[in-house]
Amino acid sequence: MASKVIYSLRDSTPKKRDDFEDILEERRNSSDLRYALKCYTPAVYRNLVPCKSSMLKNLVLQSEPLRYVIEQVSAESGESREVVQEEASQVLEEMAHRLQLSTVRFFAFTLSKAFKALYRSVRVNEEGIQRLQQAIQEHPVVLLPSHRSYIDFLMMSYLLFTYDLALPVIAAGMDFISMKFVGEMLRMSGAFFIRRSFGGDRLYWAVFSEYVKTILRNGYAPIEFFLEGTRSRTAKSLTPKTGLLNIVMEPFFKGEVFDVNLVPVSISYERILEESLYARELLGVPKPKESTSGLLKARRILSEDFGTMHVYFGAPVSVRSLAQSHINRSQYNLVPRHIPQRPAADTQAFVNDVAFHLVRLQEENMVLKPWALISTLLLKNPDGVELSTLTQQVDWLRRLALSFGAFLDWPDGEPCSKVISSSLTTHRNLAGVSGGRVRLVFPEASGAGLSAEEAEFNRAVTVLSCGSYRNQMLHVFVRPALLAVAMHSANSSRRDEIYNCFDFLRNIFSNEFILCPGASVQDFEEACYLLVKCGAVQESQQEVVMSSSGQATLSFLCSLMEPFLQGYQVVCRYLCEDTQEDLPEKNFVPAVRNFALRLILAGSLKCYEALSSDLQKNALAALIRLKAVKKVKTGDQVTLKINKMAVNSLEDMLGGKIPTQKPVLARL
Amino acid sequence: MASNTDISERQRSARQRLRIIAGHLQKSEGNEHTALSAQECKAETPRSNAAKVTAVPKRRQEILKWNGWGYSDSRFFFNKKGQAEFTGRRYRLSGLILPSLKDWFEGTFGANLQHKTPATASLNVSAVPPPNLNELFVEELKTAGVALSTDPEDRVFRSHGHCLHEIFALREGRIGKIPDLVVWPSCHDDVVKIVELACKHNVCLIPYGGGTSVSSALECPPEETRSIVSLDTSQMNRILWIDEKNLTAHVEAGIIGQDLERQLNESGYCTGHEPDSMEFSSLGGWVATRASGMKKNIYGNIEDLVVHIKMVTPRGVIEKSCQGPRLSTGPDIHHFILGSEGTLGVVTEVTMKIRPLPEYQKYGSVVFPNFQQGVACLREVAKQRCAPASIRLMDNEQFQFGHALKPQVSSIFTSFLEGLKKFYITKFKGFDPHHLCVATLLFEGDREKVLQHEKQVYDIAAKFGGLAAGEDNGQRGYMLTFVIAYLRDLGMDYYVIGESFETSVPWDRVLDLCRNVKERIVRECKERGVQFPPLSTCRVTQTYDAGACVYFYFAFNYRGLSDPIHVYEQVEHAAREEILANGGSLSHHHGVGKLRKEWMRETVSNVGLGMLKSVKEYVDPNNIFGNRNLL
Repeated sequence: MASKVIYSLRDSTPKKRDDFEDILEERRNSSDLRYALKCYTPAVYRNLVPCKSSMLKNLVLQSEPLRYVIEQVSAESGESREVVQEEASQVLEEMAHRLQLSTVRFFAFTLSKAFKALYRSVRVNEEGIQRLQQAIQEHPVVLLPSHRSYIDFLMMSYLLFTYDLALPVIAAGMDFISMKFVGEMLRMSGAFFIRRSFGGDRLYWAVFSEYVKTILRNGYAPIEFFLEGTRSRTAKSLTPKTGLLNIVMEPFFKGEVFDVNLVPVSISYERILEESLYARELLGVPKPKESTSGLLKARRILSEDFGTMHVYFGAPVSVRSLAQSHINRSQYNLVPRHIPQRPAADTQAFVNDVAFHLVRLQEENMVLKPWALISTLLLKNPDGVELSTLTQQVDWLRRLALSFGAFLDWPDGEPCSKVISSSLTTHRNLAGVSGGRVRLVFPEASGAGLSAEEAEFNRAVTVLSCGSYRNQMLHVFVRPALLAVAMHSANSSRRDEIYNCFDFLRNIFSNEFILCPGASVQDFEEACYLLVKCGAVQESQQEVVMSSSGQATLSFLCSLMEPFLQGYQVVCRYLCEDTQEDLPEKNFVPAVRNFALRLILAGSLKCYEALSSDLQKNALAALIRLKAVKKVKTGDQVTLKINKMAVNSLEDMLGGKIPTQKPVLARL
Repeated sequence: MASNTDISERQRSARQRLRIIAGHLQKSEGNEHTALSAQECKAETPRSNAAKVTAVPKRRQEILKWNGWGYSDSRFFFNKKGQAEFTGRRYRLSGLILPSLKDWFEGTFGANLQHKTPATASLNVSAVPPPNLNELFVEELKTAGVALSTDPEDRVFRSHGHCLHEIFALREGRIGKIPDLVVWPSCHDDVVKIVELACKHNVCLIPYGGGTSVSSALECPPEETRSIVSLDTSQMNRILWIDEKNLTAHVEAGIIGQDLERQLNESGYCTGHEPDSMEFSSLGGWVATRASGMKKNIYGNIEDLVVHIKMVTPRGVIEKSCQGPRLSTGPDIHHFILGSEGTLGVVTEVTMKIRPLPEYQKYGSVVFPNFQQGVACLREVAKQRCAPASIRLMDNEQFQFGHALKPQVSSIFTSFLEGLKKFYITKFKGFDPHHLCVATLLFEGDREKVLQHEKQVYDIAAKFGGLAAGEDNGQRGYMLTFVIAYLRDLGMDYYVIGESFETSVPWDRVLDLCRNVKERIVRECKERGVQFPPLSTCRVTQTYDAGACVYFYFAFNYRGLSDPIHVYEQVEHAAREEILANGGSLSHHHGVGKLRKEWMRETVSNVGLGMLKSVKEYVDPNNIFGNRNLL
């Protein structure tokens, strides 16, 4: 298996993390204008081939790989070379950035104002900045921030400008282009635009990949893109996309650069700007189309408090070191390098593993706020908790999270109760204290004519919003939690049987959480290690058993997985009970949503997360992967063919009846 | 050379030519070496040769170093004033002072003249293990009248090539496994006899030519338990005949490069085969390693030069029945012999192409603003197939290295001119002295054609921003090749160790390969605790239609390292891995030996390796030629 040795996050020593500095502090004390007009002379790549953005386009158009594809396309389509060339040139025109320092300075000024209004502080690890500065000079750099908000890339460029680092060229979705003025502004501050899907378009792909590679090879600028491909609406990391990662690694594979530095960046928000937007989107209220006027309307959010933001620049990861003993670079020796080659299976697997590895590095350095713990506990108790009980529980959970290696931002020396009340202030739209009990706030009774459905939808918005804060810390708990569930449902303390359950759950949820493919054994061992470490479990050669004091921890961990287990079961139930064997794919999400809503209205389902389209899609992907559902394409229509038997048995298994037929002892 | 009153006019002019040709090599060709008369061969030969002179005597220890490169009388040292000097009278640099070498040396390696690591002064004969002789074999050899020796010095001299680890061990006085016996056949028939006896008595034979191997090819395999016999071909060094109609010469394979050229020159001919080691390496060695000469653009590499090869194997003698210039008779059996690295038998006689001596020879050089431009120019030259006899491109580090070897300037005028040239290039033309690089050129042929050719090449160079930089720089570049090995000995006196290695690579990967390998070397050194950044430099030394040959020099200061040779070997290993990963070959002309064996399978594929093995199994089933190279 390709994934064998790329990473091992299981450290016995606590992770050493850098300290943070607030960059807004200086902004509040000195002139924004002077700051925006400051002398900007970033350190550059030592083998930089200096070139302007217009020259860059020429370089791309004249590059051998692109010329090759143009020839091919022209030969196959019968169009003349010039026509295809012109087409390529237009694609490039549509795509290419036009970085201008003056625009950057404009952004530097306006964003200073905006950030100061939005955030109490923006905290950055300066050691990470120093490492980055070093890395930029040594080898081409690829910046890989997590993606939770539109603020991400604005903030990235803003920070790099602030620290006098080379401004990145950013891969952005085409959606922005429709925002007339803003799209062009972003272009002039370093964004380049790619279509969301261009699967079969060879010319587009060639232009795009050559554009990125040329930037990389010449050390023109750091390249920035989002591994997750899009903003995560749930605050969980998304399964990484490997297309762009493959492109930026290829120059190393082919020996065109000595190395490439991949820099994971973890951007964490105390409160996400798009909070309720995301929840509505998950519930099926379509995402508003990006438009300039929409942006202007959003001005009022400037008066709200979004707390603190943390940006952690991780240590640069050298592609060369990762590839050592995984990639045989001489495989590229026998074909001219400008001829596009589909990456070999092992290369593909390697890139995929690296992508997961990087996302885990992002997760690892995500800063967790007390609110993540509080919202987790509140979600467990929809009817509210006594403040004093909550205080105790939060304190307990804090210690558990720390022992699992969570990166908590906890105010020094403040009593837990004070921390809770300050969190509640920031998130007063989601939770509040009434009558000594802390409970979720549901925007009720605005207008008496609210139907029962609408009321439930409103509750769901709050639950999903809160859920996204719980999700922020799921990556810390997911492996032990899967183990806890496995122990619970295995009905045996035999290690191999528990592993079987664990492996099954891991497989089911591999679209839901970041679980590196093929790393089941490592994950299992990591989970065991953490649970033993926190005293919840005792481990021997043959057995994994709960320790006498482990009940609280294990049941808490199980409860973390509960919404997902339930949600997946709802999907299964729908497929078994409420639909034909053929289901048009586009009907799937609305139909499941209706089904879930009916269950909620009937009072037989308490789990609002089952309404989330994200969960529903992940569940479907899992069912397809497990071959319980088949996707069939007929013309434009995609149909889901449901194997009800299989789905039914999966549902049973999720319900805790996991059969442990074939022990996979050998793999342990 | 014996003085003779009636040297023909022709011979005299031949000598004149030789002086120019060997200009980069030798100070004077009239050396006073002990003339050894070859042992009269008992076999009948087509032409009886009277006494002749060979530059390297049978007792190599008389004029060669035992633990360093080349002649005992030629070495670099830092004099009392801290200036570098080169001793002896053999080379153009001999007796000269090199004022800037010290600064370059200290600056590049962080070395210090106070910190010396002198070599063991002389070979401690008592440390040499006693020979493990096969008495019956020795008896029969003696009866057959073959010259032999068990003298410790003779054996130690033939126990190694010139890899860093080999020389480093000798400098420390460490003697590893060495041959038990040295034999000197004086003709083909002697070799036949020796091989027959070796088979009969099951002893291990290791052919020895000039001893310039840099692939651990001459190392005695430690696992060998049989008596090891070094078969020194140096006494088979006659030109047996010259065929002026077909322009071929039939030569015994033990002849060394400089003797072959000198003797052919006397008849107005040359082979044009000039590997950098030609002072010491032998014709048989060239064949056995697939050697390449710096003037291959005109004359070809060894495989292009040989017309006929005779090799003695345990199965008998292998040779072709005719001297046709090209055959379509199945796979060319010469290609089993070329590059066989002494694993199949001993090459005894070779018929080689010869050419009339060129009328005119001219050095030249071109400065480029950077290495990329230089490579682009070489590529264009190769594309137009107008490469001069030799064209080499040094990178910036090597250019600076070359500069450090400039001898003291004798007149103010020359130093003024130098200054002006430098000013013109760096200030007026705006070349960055830390990026510019130099191509050195050597043209050969009719005077008129040379000048025409020269213009063509300079015109191409100009298109790539190249500026002609004079004959001197060119000539000095070639000289560097011949003294670099002496310089390594100097480095080793001061904690600096180094080596060169080579590869061949398609044109489109030359730049990437050079950059990546150089950087890999720097990085590996750092990771392995080398205190000071290493010298990591390269040059393109040969051009082909489809690619180029690239040479790397790599050296570092090993103060503070407990096992410098191990570190060195790890870095070289990593560098080779990097070469292979970047589309370079395992070797262009140094061969595989034992040093690069581990990569043979991936280099030639399983089937390829199997083919080679099956040939070995057929030709030498008892592994008489047991040096264990290659496979």
